This record gives sequence, structure tokens and C-alpha cells, in this order.
Amino acid sequence: MKEIIIFARAGQGAITTAQILGSAIVKSGKYAYAFPHFGAARMGAPMNAFLRYDDKPIRLRNQIKIADYSIIVDETLFSFKNPAETLKPQGIAIINSLRNFPLTDTKQIISVPANDISVEITGRPFANTVLLGAFCAVTGIVPIEILYESIKERFKGKAAELNIKLSEAGYKFIKKQ
Amino acid sequence: MKQFLEGAVAIARTVALCRPGVISAYPITPQTHIVEELSSLIANGELNAEFVNVESEHSAASCVLGAVATGVRAYSSTSSQGLLLMAEVLFNIAGMRLPVVMCCVNRAVSAPLNIWNDQQDIMTVRDAGIILLFAETIQEACDLHIQAFKIAEHKEVMLPVIVNIDGYILSHGYEPVELPLQETVDKFLPPYNPAYKLDVDNPVTLGPLSGPEYYLETRYAIQQTMNNEVIKIISQVAKEFTDLFGRESYGLVESYKLDDAETVFVAMGSICGVIKEVVDELRDKGEKVGVVRIISYRPFPNETLVKLVASTKKIIVIEKAISLGSNGPLFTEISSLLYTTHNNKNKPLISGYICGLGGRDVTKEEIVSIYEESKTQSPTAKFINVKQENLGSVI
Repeated sequence: MKEIIIFARAGQGAITTAQILGSAIVKSGKYAYAFPHFGAARMGAPMNAFLRYDDKPIRLRNQIKIADYSIIVDETLFSFKNPAETLKPQGIAIINSLRNFPLTDTKQIISVPANDISVEITGRPFANTVLLGAFCAVTGIVPIEILYESIKERFKGKAAELNIKLSEAGYKFIKKQ
Repeated sequence: MKQFLEGAVAIARTVALCRPGVISAYPITPQTHIVEELSSLIANGELNAEFVNVESEHSAASCVLGAVATGVRAYSSTSSQGLLLMAEVLFNIAGMRLPVVMCCVNRAVSAPLNIWNDQQDIMTVRDAGIILLFAETIQEACDLHIQAFKIAEHKEVMLPVIVNIDGYILSHGYEPVELPLQETVDKFLPPYNPAYKLDVDNPVTLGPLSGPEYYLETRYAIQQTMNNEVIKIISQVAKEFTDLFGRESYGLVESYKLDDAETVFVAMGSICGVIKEVVDELRDKGEKVGVVRIISYRPFPNETLVKLVASTKKIIVIEKAISLGSNGPLFTEISSLLYTTHNNKNKPLISGYICGLGGRDVTKEEIVSIYEESKTQSPTAKFINVKQENLGSVI
């Protein structure tokens, strides 16, 4: 079983991100369970979405404290904290950031300028699907085409098209590194 | 085909397959999006039902009471304070023998204000004459909804059913869910056709004044129905469901790894998944341990439970509710059952643990430490994960 934490603020789409990724994981033949945890239950407050996946049904329902993968949508949540703290020893964090984070022995922290990539494509900073594309490229858990399918199910028309472009850009950003 | 669906959405789509004629709800906090999705299905023309948007949960419950009294299948859902506001009407629904089906998304009760999960809310109406079922997974929550209509409307039952699901953990969680075909649900669940209803051509009175000459028998009748017919019909309907839908439904209780188990966890709802994970790990280390998951809390499956735990040495009850000043409600239930039915010599020791109140996370490690503690102690109403540093600020 692998565990993923998505760090965001309420309103930034962390639940949608978990849903799209979970749906793509299920489409690729695995089981998944995603759930949110709200702090103050109001827009802008820090919140997490959690995602577990495995080859068998997921029974574990408690929150994830340290993850195999962290997806950080809002880097201001880590102004005073290192993303490495959210990871298991071999874990990988993908953070929406321009910064370079110091390397640790076993953990990887990968910065993706997801806001800039999104502003270039859409004019606005929609980081989530950029990060999902990057996640697919980094981990190889889900083929990018399956992620596109899940995005098409979640969004309609223009929104689907743009989000596919965003995730493709995130995917390519990693692949060309 | 399995879809990765949110609990509330999966439940709403399942309820739509049950063809309710009336859905009523109060649409703000602590409501969940079960009724939001149902109102969308109606607005989009995917469900032919009337959505009655009311000004309080008291009215929502009154509305579904009225609808079912006129012979129409009706549904509502609520949570926490909303359920408490419905309480008066829920006793009326049960007393009038009206088969309303509802979902209670279990959440903590104020004060202090808390929107997160525990199972305290539903305990306030456990004595009302409502059949109370608890789901562990989103799939089971859906499956129990389909069965709930069939159980409630059975001519020998005619009582409301509330399907309980853990707030956030199931209501806002996503899982792969198999939604059944409309034709399969239609085959399983015939249209609601009650023996009595409000009808101007054949007038009847429901819920009239009933003095000391009659009232007691109305309670006796519900008690008899619960302990005889409902117990049988829940098992029977679960079997029919399993046969027709090809997915196992457990009926009154689910037993997990009970063969040769010397220690048995007893719990309800989604926490059973966490407990099962712990049981698997303990079994790998050679510990003889299992789980009894209570699905039907009302009626309480006394006979089935006594058989299941007959050779157990130790029972550990883990629950997300507390009767303040006494014990956890499930603990009280189990201990009274064993005291009144069990052979004195072989009576198992029982420990009672309270956890997860107001959404406090419950981890595998905590369940393991409960198990270890239970080898030498049998505490009652012991709170897990109390933060001593918080106590100074709590009045």
C-alpha cells in the first residue's frame, strides 16, 4: 500500500486533485481510497487530502502523517517547515515552487513552477493538474493518458481541455529535466 | 463497472435507483451533499421525485412522515444537530409505523461546535423504534440503502430505517463503487404499496390520542416486531441481496477471523476497517484475535452475538460515543447481553474504550496498544488519546 498527502488551502482544489488521481489509479486496475481533512472548515485554511492505493481494497481509514508521496499545492504552508518532514524514508515530494530544496539522503523534493506554467497556458495559477502531470512523470504509477481520461470525466469542454494541457505541461517539465 | 465515487454521491445515486417519490431536506450545515446530489438528479430530470426544500430538519422529518403516510416512498438525510432537531418527529414516524428511510452521516454534537465524525448523534434516538444500520465502506452504505427500503416497507416490519455512515470518512471519502443496474434494483425492490395510508376515499387516522388503555401495547408491538420479525427479515433481505446483486451483504453482523479467537473486538462503522488491519497483523504474530462488526445496532442481534462470542475469553468494545456519566452505549449493550444470557463460568471479560470523538483520528497503533492493555486489564469507558495538555483549558 502506498500513501499520498496533498497539502493545500481549502478552496484550492485538493479534493478534486485526490479524486482525479484516485480515479486514474482505479482505472489502471488498483484500489484507492481518498478523503479530506479540514482544519478550520473555511476557505483559505490549511487542509489535506489523503490518498491510499493498493492491489487490494483499502480498509485503513485514519489520516496519513508521513507519506510515500506528498503533493504540495501551496508552498506557503511550508514557510517554516521542510517538505521532507512529511515523507517516509524513500519518499518523494512534488512542490509547487521556484525554490531549490536541500537534498536529504534518501528523500527527494522536486520543485515544479506549477503556477507559472498555468499562468502561461490559462492566464491564472491553477497548479493542481500541472502537479498531477508531474506526479505521473516522476512516479510512473499512472500512464499520463489515463490521467487525461480521469480529467475528462471530472471537467467538461474547455475546462477539460485546459486541464489536460496543464497536466501535459507538468509531465513534460519533469521529462525534459 | 466500478467508479471512483464520493460516498455522498454514491449514496444519492443509489437512493435514486430506489425510486423515492419525495425527498425533503434542510440544505445547510450540518447537511451533507447526499441531498444536494439528489436535488441535481431531480433538476436534471434523471429522477422523477419531488424535492421539498424546507426551513428546518424538524420540517424535513415532518415532510417525509407525511409523504410516507400517503403511501409514497420518501427519503431524507441529516447529521448531528440536524438529527437532534428531528428527534421529536422521528419518534412519531416510528410510533406511526411509517417506513421512512434516512441516512445519518454520523457527526459530533455541540457544544463545543464540531462538525467532524463520531457516532454520538444517532445515540440520541436509539430508543425511538428506528432500525439502525451501520456501514463500514461506501459500497456497503449504498447496498444497505437498497436493503433499508425493503426491510422498512416489509409488511411485517413497517418501521423506519436509518443507515449510519461515518461523517467525512465515508461521506466525503472516495472509493471504487459498483452502482447496480436500475432493472436489478427494480427486481429487488417492488413499488411501495402499504396496507394502510392516508386516503380521502378510505379515511384512517394515524398517530391519534392513545390513553393508558392502549399506549403500552404500541410499545410492546414495536418491541416484538424488532426482536422477532426485523431480526429475521434483515438476515433474509441480506441473503436475497447477496444472491441477486452478487455482492456479499452480511445482515446483522459481520464476523472476521473468529475461528479459535480468544480475544474479540466489537465495533461499528468504518473503524472496523482499521481494526481488521490490526487483527491481520496480530494474527501474523500468532495472536488469536478476531472482530465482530455490529451492522444492526437496532434491533440488537442478541442471539447471533451470544453464539459468536460463546468461546471467547476477552471482548474489547471500541466505540465513538459515550453516555456521559456511564459507559459507551455499545459496551453497555454487550455487557448486559452477556450478563443475562451467558453461562456464568465462561463469561468473557469485557473492556470498553471510547475513541475518535469529534473527529479525533484513531490509528492502528492505538488499537494495538488497546489489545496489549487488555491482556492484563479490563477498563470501562476508557478514553483513548486524551491530551493532558488540553485539559487545563477545558471547563
